[in-house]
Parts: sequence; C-alpha cells; structure tokens
Amino acid sequence: MAEQEQRRPVRDGSEPAEPVDVGAAQSASRGSDRLKGELDDLLDEIDEVLESNAEEFVKSYIQKGGE
Amino acid sequence: MPVPKTLGIETEYGIVHRGVDDPNPISASSLLINAYLSRRSAPGAGPGSPRVGWDFVDETPQNDIRGFSHIGSMAPEVETHLVNAVLTNGARYYVDHAHPELSTPECADAMAVLRHDRAAELIMIESMAAANDVLPAGEELVVYKNNSDGKGNSYGCHENYLMDRATPFANIVQHATTHFVTRQVFTGAGKVGSEAPCMPEGSVVFQLTQRADFFEEEVGLETTLKRPIINTRDEPHADPLLYRRLHVIVGDANLCEVATFLKLGTTAILLAMVEDDFMDPALRVVDPVRSLQAVSRDTSLRQPLMLGDGRTATAVDIQWQILEQAQKYTLQRGTGFTGGSVADLVLQRWEDVLASLEASPSDLVGVVDWITKKHLLDAMAERHDLNPGDARLAALDLQYHDLRPERSLFARVGAETLVDTPEATDAKQQPPVDTRAYFRGRCLQKWPEDIVAANWDSMVFDLGEQALRRVPMMEPRRGTREHVGTLLDECQTVAELLDRLST
Repeated sequence: MAEQEQRRPVRDGSEPAEPVDVGAAQSASRGSDRLKGELDDLLDEIDEVLESNAEEFVKSYIQKGGE
Repeated sequence: MPVPKTLGIETEYGIVHRGVDDPNPISASSLLINAYLSRRSAPGAGPGSPRVGWDFVDETPQNDIRGFSHIGSMAPEVETHLVNAVLTNGARYYVDHAHPELSTPECADAMAVLRHDRAAELIMIESMAAANDVLPAGEELVVYKNNSDGKGNSYGCHENYLMDRATPFANIVQHATTHFVTRQVFTGAGKVGSEAPCMPEGSVVFQLTQRADFFEEEVGLETTLKRPIINTRDEPHADPLLYRRLHVIVGDANLCEVATFLKLGTTAILLAMVEDDFMDPALRVVDPVRSLQAVSRDTSLRQPLMLGDGRTATAVDIQWQILEQAQKYTLQRGTGFTGGSVADLVLQRWEDVLASLEASPSDLVGVVDWITKKHLLDAMAERHDLNPGDARLAALDLQYHDLRPERSLFARVGAETLVDTPEATDAKQQPPVDTRAYFRGRCLQKWPEDIVAANWDSMVFDLGEQALRRVPMMEPRRGTREHVGTLLDECQTVAELLDRLST
C-alpha cells in the first residue's frame, strides 16, 4: 500500500462548497450512444415488470416495525 | 488490544402476502420459513435444514453495555414461541416480530459475510418458491430486502462485530459514530421521500439511506423506538470477560455486493483501530443525529458537517481521513485482526469508491445502492415526465428491493459482483471454515437427529441418556476446520465426538 497524502484536508468552515448534483453528473458522463441504448433497454424492461397499478401497490405495501 | 474481528449480519426482510384480504405478516413469515425447512429436510434434499430449534438459555438482549438501564427504556423481548431454526451453514432463520429474519453465521472476514448474505438472498428466493407451492392459486408470498415501508415503519439490518471488552466504551462511541454518520455515502440503499416526523411533505425528494429518518438518540439500548446510532445491547455470545459484541443497528440492507462488503470491511478496520487506540482523538462529529440525517438528505455530497474542533468537513472528506488512518494502521500493524488479505481489498475498494464519489458518482451505478437507485429513478422520471411525488417512482423504489428474480429491478442493473453464484449457493448449506460456525454446521449436517437445540455459543446433544449434554462454544474462533475438522471426519457418533472432546 503506497503512502498516501491526505486527500481532502478538513475545511476551516469559511470556504463555501460547490454544489454538484449527482444526477446531473450521471447524465453528463453517460452520454454515449451505447450507454443510452443500454439504458433504454433497461427502462423498457423496468416498464414491463414494474407493478402495473403503482398507486395501489405503494399504498398496500405496509410493514410492521421490526427489530 | 484488538481481537480478530469476528463478524456477521442479521437482516429482517419485508414480507407481503398477496391475494388475501387480511394478510398476517407473522403467519406469512412462519409459512415462508416452514416451507423452506420442509423442502430442505425432505428425503434426498442433501445436507439441508434439520428441524433443530434455537436454544434461548443465554439470550439477554436487555443487558446494557454501560451496566445500567434507563428507566422506561424498552429492551426487545425474546420471542421463544415463533419459528426458529438453525441451518447447516451455521445461520439462524427465524420469525422476528412480523418479519422473516436471517442471521448469517459468524464469519472471519467481510468477504465471508458477503458470501453468506448472498446465500441468505438465495434462501429467501427458495423459501418463496417453496411457500408458493403450498399456497392456494392466486396467493403469493413476496420478500423485499429493504428497511422501510415508506410509511414510517422500519425494520433492521444489523451488523455484529466482536470486540475487546477492555476497550473504553466512550472511544467506541466517538469513532464508530463518526464512521456511521459518514459511511452512509456508500452504504445507503436510497429512499424516495422522508419518513422523519416534522418533515414537510415533499421537502425531501430522495435521500441516501432508508434508515436515517428513524434515529433519534446518540447512544441507547432501544432498537424499535427512539433508535440510537450506537446500540448498547451487551450480549457478547462469547466469554463476557474477554469480549463485547458491537451490535450495529444504523445500517441499511444492501443489494449491491460492493456496498455490503465495504459496510462490513471498513467498520471492522475502524473498530480494530479503536481497540488499538489508533484513531485521531480530535475527529468527532458534532450533533451526530442531525448530522446523520443531513448526510442522508444531501445527494450533492457537499453538506459540511461541524467537527468537534470547530472546523467543518463533508462526509466524503471525513471518510478520506478515516481511510488514510486505516491505510497507515494496516502498514504498521498488518491485517491479522481485520481479515487478512480481505482487508487489503477493503482498503483498495474504499479508496476507489471515495474517489468516484468525488469525481464521477455515475461510475458507482451497480456498486453503491443509492446511486444505482437514483440512476433508475432519474431515467424513469425523464422518460415518462414524472413529477417527484409520482407513485411510479415510489413503486420503483420498493420494487428495487423485490427479491423475486423475475420482478427485482436491482437484478436488472447488471451490478458488480464479488461472489459468484456457485459460491453463494454453496454457502446456503456449508458453514464458514474459520469460526465456531464450522462446528455448529458440521454437527447439524452429520447428526441432526441427536441435536436438541443450538445457539451462538453452545449446542445441546441428546445421547439417549438421562441428561442432555451441552457443549459450550464461548470462543468464536475455536471449533474451526483447523481445530475440529479431522475430529468431525473421524467420529461416527455423537457419543464418540463428546467422548473425544472431553479427553
């Protein structure tokens, strides 16, 4: 294991952080046609197997608390 | 001094009985488990699941590590009347409250736990098939590996780590809390909306974890209400003078294998560092409960957390610091207490995942659950032009965790795997070889008729004599293949085994 410099020093509180939206980063980096095609296929499949009456399914999914 | 990190995971699964008007989750859970046990104990089923019950004599979940109990605190009750079985892989499969629950056997490293967690999923899949075979047409049991119903009801996925009794508990609280608050960036299973009281509806569209909404205390004994980040249940299932068991209730159940692996592997290393007094004492998150929820609700990963010395850092920043200490620790002290070569893989994947979280989170689709789920939600919303409150998004959230292979959305993502299917299938029946689970599992395979009951730290045999014979197993790293493999191979009967064990 190589010795590693501290990658991210702790900030002193005054430095504002740039907000980055994970979803936006995803669509930007998943831009290629191949990935787009794969995602389309995946979404087709999800549309096919997703509970047909979503509202009823979500409403009826009730669990008792556990642990 | 650190002790080798023996560890395991216990998961309560969501269960739905479809096709009936008034479903009862307790009887559905019992049916699910009994159907599996019947199928596995049928003639020709191979080493499976003999009908051996759980032995409750040593269960003491009401004991508090701190040596006291808050007045009015509610310890979990031990439910001795419900289905409760021990499997030949050393696991426990039972009904807990209104859920089917499976505790993996004790394992010696995070990869072995992952293997048994995958095996547990396969057991659930086989259980559903077995149950549906005996249910009337039109009825079906469905099992979900999640931790919330989206309506304020939560059920847990608990981790367990063996620790040195001599380690000051306050040190565990400080450093484990810091880790639990910040590890959510890779352990979160993702959730649409919020179930925290007082959160205005619609104020949280999506958050990293299933569980953060349900935590209200920093330290405590409860698990079902006023849940604490650090649970103080003092029930080591081992020699109580030498060990404690840290019972971690704050995590999500993961479907991504890398997430499960890192959740366990990073925590095991952190706890060894605490035992070795290696952690930076200045690293402390202020207001852990609020911070836990703030991290969970920040998909940008940029929310600064206040530290004890007045500085701020993001959860990812803090994870980098813990990783850096873990790397130094491993260089100086080796991996003898943290899982051997598996610990090196943990460090490598930990670093990779943190780097991706900063640079390119989309690389973690199929690696980290919340990112995987968010990827699907965002794509669905875009395709069908859905608003954040649309029921189809909430349905997608739930169905991500559906364990039926033909319905699971997670299974369609093509997630990275660390355990191959034959290994996971083998772990349905075979125990780990390097903990006492080996002794338990092998005895159950070989002499199921002679075992009256078993639990984590003992087994009870019936030799047909007047008294039953209890074999204590107070040392989790004894009873391994190395210790007893030959003995178990050579003995023909339990009488012979007990005879040779006592000489």
